[in-house]
Amino acid sequence: MTITEERTKPHAVRRLNRPDPAARSRGGQRFLLVGLTLASVYSLFPVWWLMVAATKDRVGLYQSNGLWFSGWHLWDNLRQLFTYEHGIFLRWTANSLLYAGVGSLGGTLLALATGYGLARFEFPGRNLVFACVVGSFLIPIALLTLPLYLLFSQIGMVDTPWAMLIPCLINPFSVYLAKVYTEATIPYELLEAARIDGAGELRIFFSIVLRMMTTGGATVFLLAFVNTWNAFFLPLTVLRGENNWTLNIGLYNWSGKRLESGVDLTSLVLTGALLSIVPMAIMMVAMRRYWRTGVTLGALK
Amino acid sequence: MTRSLRWKGAAFTVPFQLGFAFLYLLPIGYAVYQSLYREQQSGLGLGGSTEEFAGLDNYQHGLTDSAFMGSVLRVVLFACVQIPVMLLISLVLALFLDTLTSKVAGRFRILLLVPYMIPGVVAALVWINLYSPDVGPLTPLGKVFGFDWNFFAPSMVWPSIGNLLTWHGVGYNMVIIYSALQGVPRELFEAARLDGASEGRIALSIKIPFVRGALVLTGMLSIIQMLQIFNEPALFRNITPQTVSDSFTPIMIIYNQAFNAGNYHYAAALSVLLALILGVASFLFYRLTAREAE
Repeated sequence: MTITEERTKPHAVRRLNRPDPAARSRGGQRFLLVGLTLASVYSLFPVWWLMVAATKDRVGLYQSNGLWFSGWHLWDNLRQLFTYEHGIFLRWTANSLLYAGVGSLGGTLLALATGYGLARFEFPGRNLVFACVVGSFLIPIALLTLPLYLLFSQIGMVDTPWAMLIPCLINPFSVYLAKVYTEATIPYELLEAARIDGAGELRIFFSIVLRMMTTGGATVFLLAFVNTWNAFFLPLTVLRGENNWTLNIGLYNWSGKRLESGVDLTSLVLTGALLSIVPMAIMMVAMRRYWRTGVTLGALK
Repeated sequence: MTRSLRWKGAAFTVPFQLGFAFLYLLPIGYAVYQSLYREQQSGLGLGGSTEEFAGLDNYQHGLTDSAFMGSVLRVVLFACVQIPVMLLISLVLALFLDTLTSKVAGRFRILLLVPYMIPGVVAALVWINLYSPDVGPLTPLGKVFGFDWNFFAPSMVWPSIGNLLTWHGVGYNMVIIYSALQGVPRELFEAARLDGASEGRIALSIKIPFVRGALVLTGMLSIIQMLQIFNEPALFRNITPQTVSDSFTPIMIIYNQAFNAGNYHYAAALSVLLALILGVASFLFYRLTAREAE
C-alpha cells in the first residue's frame, strides 16, 4: 500500500471527534479506559523509576522505596557523571551525536537522491537495485558486521569515527522510504515542465525535488537518527578504544564493571541512561508530526 | 523517456550502488569466501598460520554444533511465546483505542508509545535494575504479595527478557495495527450494528480480519529481530554471567567465535547459516499466513 492510495481512500480521513457508538454502553467504556490506563501505567512506571533513581544518592538508591523520592542529589549525580574519568561521558555523548547527526544527514541526502532516481526514472537495472534494497532487510547484522570489521581493519579504519560514519551513509530502509515518498509527492508533469523550461537534472533535484520532499526527508532523517543512536552491535564491533565509543557502549561497559572489577557504577549508569534519552525525546517531540507518519510507514514495508 | 535522461536518472542512484556494493555485497561475499576456509597452525604455531580450503566443513560443523543449534532452538521457542503475547496485547490495545474518540485515543497513544522512544540498550539497563534484588522495586513489591522473585534465576531469564521486549515493543506494534484499523470503512460497523451484532462480535468478525495484513507484517518484523537478538542477553550477561552463558543466542555465539576465540572462518559460516535460517523462517511464516488468508 502506498501513501497515495491511503490518501485517496475517503474513509482514511476519518471521524474527527465523533465517538464511536461503542461508547454507548457506559460500563464498556469504563472497562476500556481502565484497561488502557493500566497499560499506560505499565508503560510509564519504568521511566518514572529511572527519573526518581537519578535523583538519589547511593544510600537512597539501595535503601529507599524505588518509586518515590528520597533526598535530591540529581546535581551531585550529574557532576559525578560529567567528571568521572575526565569527563569520558561527555565524550561519548559527543560521539553519539556526531555519528547519529552527521551519519544520518549524509545518509538521508544519499537516500533521497537514490529514491528519486528509482521512483522517477526508468533505467536498465532499476528493478535489480530495488530488489537489493528490499532483500537487504533480511540480512542478519552479524553477516555484514563481522566481515566489515575485517575489511575495515585491513584499510586501518577500525577504531576511527569513519568505521561508524561510513556504514550509516548507506541505509536501504531510508532508500525504500525515500522512494515511497517520491512516488507520493513528485508528479511527473512537474518534472516535464521544469525540463521544458530548460532546467538541468541536478538543478531540478536540488531546487525542486529536495524542497518538495522536506517532510519525507525529515522522516527519513529522524528514523535514521534513532537507528544510529540506538545502534549497539556495530559500534561494539568496530570501535575498540573508549575514546570513540558511543553512549550505549559506554553504559554497557559501566554496567559490567561491578562483576568485572567490583566497582559499582549503578548510580552513574542510571543517571547516564536518563541523559541518553533526552536527545531522543527532544528529537521525537520536535519532529512529532514526521515521526507519526514514519512509524506507520514502517508498517507498509 | 529519452536515452540520455535514463542515464541521468541512473546517475542519481550510482553513489548508493557503489556504497551498497562496498558495504553489503562485498562483506557478504567475503563472509562466504571465509566460511569455506580454515586456519591451519604451522609448526609450533610460531610460524604463524596459513589458510586452507575447507569446503563445507565449517557448515557441517555448525549444523552439528549443539551449542549453535541449541541457541537457535532456544530463540525460536522464545519467539513462539513472546511474539504472539506481544501482538495479542498490541491488538487488544489497538481495538480499545479504536472505540474511543480520536482525541482521547491520541492521548493514550502517546503514553503507550513512550517505551518505544527509549533506546533498546537503555530499556534493558532500566529493566535489569528494576529486576535487581538490590535496587529494584519489584523484589520488595513481590514480597508484599508473598512472592519471592528472582528475576535472574535460570528459569526466569527468558520471562524477564520477554517482559522487557514486550514492554518495549507493544506501543510500536499497537500504532501499526491501530493505523490499519483506521482504514476499516466505518459503514461496515453501522451495518453490523443494525443487524444486531455486539461490539465484541464486530471486533472479531470485521476488525481483526481487516488488520490481518498488519499483524502478519508486525509478526514478520518481530521474527526477523528475534532471531538476531543480542543486546538484551548481552546486557543481562553483564549482571548474571552464570545464567546467561556466552552461547545464549546465535549472534552471541558468532560474536564470541569471532572476537574471543578468534575463529573468523567458523563465525563467518555460522552467520551465513543464520542468514539462511532467517530467510527460511520468513518464507515459511509468509507462506503459512498467506495460505490461511485464502
